[in-house]
Amino acid sequence: QVTVRDALNQALDEELERDERVFLLGEEVAQYDGAYKISRGLWKKFGDKRIIDTPISEMGFTGIAVGAAMAGLRPVCEFMTFNFSMQAIDQVINSAAKTCYMSAGSIAVPIVFRGPNGASAGVAAQHSQCFAAWYGHCPGLKVVSPWSSEDAKGLLKTSIRDDNPVVMLENELLYGVPFEMSEEAQSKDFLVPIGKAKVERQGTHVTLVSHSRPVGHCLEAAAVLAKEGVECEVINLRTIRPMDIETIEASVVKTNHLVTVEGGWPQFGVGAEICARIMEGPAFNYLDAPAVRVTGADVPMPYAKILEDNCIPQVKDIIFAVKKTLNI
Amino acid sequence: ASRVMVASRNYADFANEATFEIKKCDLHRLEEGPSTTAVLTREEGLHYYKTMQTIRRMELKSDQLYKQKIIRGFCHLYDGQEACCVGLEVAIKPTDHVITAYRAHGFTYARGVPVRAILAELTGRKGGCAKGKGGSMHMYTKNFYGGNGIVGAQVPLGAGIALACKYFGKNEVCLTLYGDGAANQGQIFETFNMAALWKLPCIFICENNRYGMGTSVERAAASTDYYKRGDFIPGLRVDGMDVLCVREATKFATEYCRAGKGPILMELQTYRYHGHSMSDPGISYRTREEIQEVRSKSDPITLLKDRMINHNLASIEELKEIDVAVRKEIEEAAQFATTDPEPPLEELGHHIYFNEPPFEVRGPNQWIKYKSVN
Repeated sequence: QVTVRDALNQALDEELERDERVFLLGEEVAQYDGAYKISRGLWKKFGDKRIIDTPISEMGFTGIAVGAAMAGLRPVCEFMTFNFSMQAIDQVINSAAKTCYMSAGSIAVPIVFRGPNGASAGVAAQHSQCFAAWYGHCPGLKVVSPWSSEDAKGLLKTSIRDDNPVVMLENELLYGVPFEMSEEAQSKDFLVPIGKAKVERQGTHVTLVSHSRPVGHCLEAAAVLAKEGVECEVINLRTIRPMDIETIEASVVKTNHLVTVEGGWPQFGVGAEICARIMEGPAFNYLDAPAVRVTGADVPMPYAKILEDNCIPQVKDIIFAVKKTLNI
Repeated sequence: ASRVMVASRNYADFANEATFEIKKCDLHRLEEGPSTTAVLTREEGLHYYKTMQTIRRMELKSDQLYKQKIIRGFCHLYDGQEACCVGLEVAIKPTDHVITAYRAHGFTYARGVPVRAILAELTGRKGGCAKGKGGSMHMYTKNFYGGNGIVGAQVPLGAGIALACKYFGKNEVCLTLYGDGAANQGQIFETFNMAALWKLPCIFICENNRYGMGTSVERAAASTDYYKRGDFIPGLRVDGMDVLCVREATKFATEYCRAGKGPILMELQTYRYHGHSMSDPGISYRTREEIQEVRSKSDPITLLKDRMINHNLASIEELKEIDVAVRKEIEEAAQFATTDPEPPLEELGHHIYFNEPPFEVRGPNQWIKYKSVN
């Protein structure tokens, strides 16, 4: 059993050791051991050259990280939360994502932007936004969103080895959650491919597609529904861009029903994209009911617990949506 | 280039080199500045002259092509500022790094991209240095990172390149350029802080051409002493119209950086003859008289030419021959740029990613698909 935090820490440790060009920069990543302790022990092991504490200057240090990548290094740029990445978003999109294309392939930007994304607990509106849809919108980026420890470790390692800018959307509430990790998953060369979704649970009546923390809620909902004879197929997207629509289509062809689940706001979101693509593909003809989305509530995140709890998709909301789409 | 015998003069008649007094730089947090004399050899002089003249004529040709609507979109011309990019380039090594903003054609040429590849990129053809994918503001080559469209964004990038220089330990430096307009961007100050903190081998260079689009420096900046705006970073103010001044200042700055002392800032006082871009006539915020005065008294190419003639480093005829050769090169490049085909439609989706197996890219509707390879 390994927590997501330890899995990320292992991935960073292994990749820093494997390739001298890899380094980590961000606020509090070195001497503080990381704001969320993801980089615990790394500064002690690798020193000032490889683990760099930055001042609070997102636009500046993100640009510095991107420039370092253009010049041949392989930076991991940590945002304390992705909310702060908004200050640096021009560097992520205009400097990192678009450069390979604008230069007709002569300049590569092998960088990973990582950090916690989406809602936490009681941190209110400015610290709770989900950026999956915003980053997922842009060609030139790869965007991954791990759920389990295996996802976290494998995706981070793959992202660091990828020669392109990768945005890795972690989740703060998942950091402390332990998951089973196989022997294979604990090896130094364990990689999870970008662009491939994982079927976490087989089912026949409805397809639940999700990413990050809500995957866990989907599995809980599936357990409850199983008692009522409804078998849910739960798909963990793992990657937002490029999205593995084929796995979703194959599942919908089998189950004839689709429910997407995400933490982000409903408009122009991940679920909206999945629904649009399903309509465009072969799976549309196999739907017995319109596809349904379960999302965060369409409001800035409030603080009071009762309000916050009702702004994120809960297990009961997923169950309700499944029953609606199955008309039961 | 073939050497043509100049009828009236023997090469033995020319001086090998001459020494010139150059303007003293204003200093900020520096005890000593660059040398106030510069030695120019005949060979150097001819090279600087030819390079600046090539850039000048290339930019004027671009103006022509733009007015003929063969160049589209944004086009920011560098004529008047040639001494900056040439002075900088001759003072650094090919293994050093350069990054600038969108007024980049001169730097692109100075860093080694042929005129035809630059013009063909402006005209959007497959022979363009970015295969038609980038255009005026996005040209690149080895150790030259563009060509950047977002004002000021190139400055943190440059410091990042400098970080890589330090990391790899190969004693290379990065010239990070920005304009007087960009000098007020917040991210530049964030970058100054980190560059100084981490002693990055970064030479920050402000090309002050007095106007950020239509806004004069007096109307944009509470302090127009751009060379002091790095605060804790030492700075120099340099005559950017004198290629020798720029060269000596750059030699000084690179020596400073390579010694591991950290970043340094240079303000190059220069001038652009054209407006901000081709859509700006450039006379609503400055007078024709001002432009004419700079042309007649401070033109960088004329300055060098006069020096060389007066000190017997070259003859008028010889320089005229260079002018003819340059015009010919530009004409041929323009021919290429106007006749080379546009990139094939199949390449629309190429180079989204680097080192990636081929995949499909969506076009304007779900049935139009492009292949992406790189």
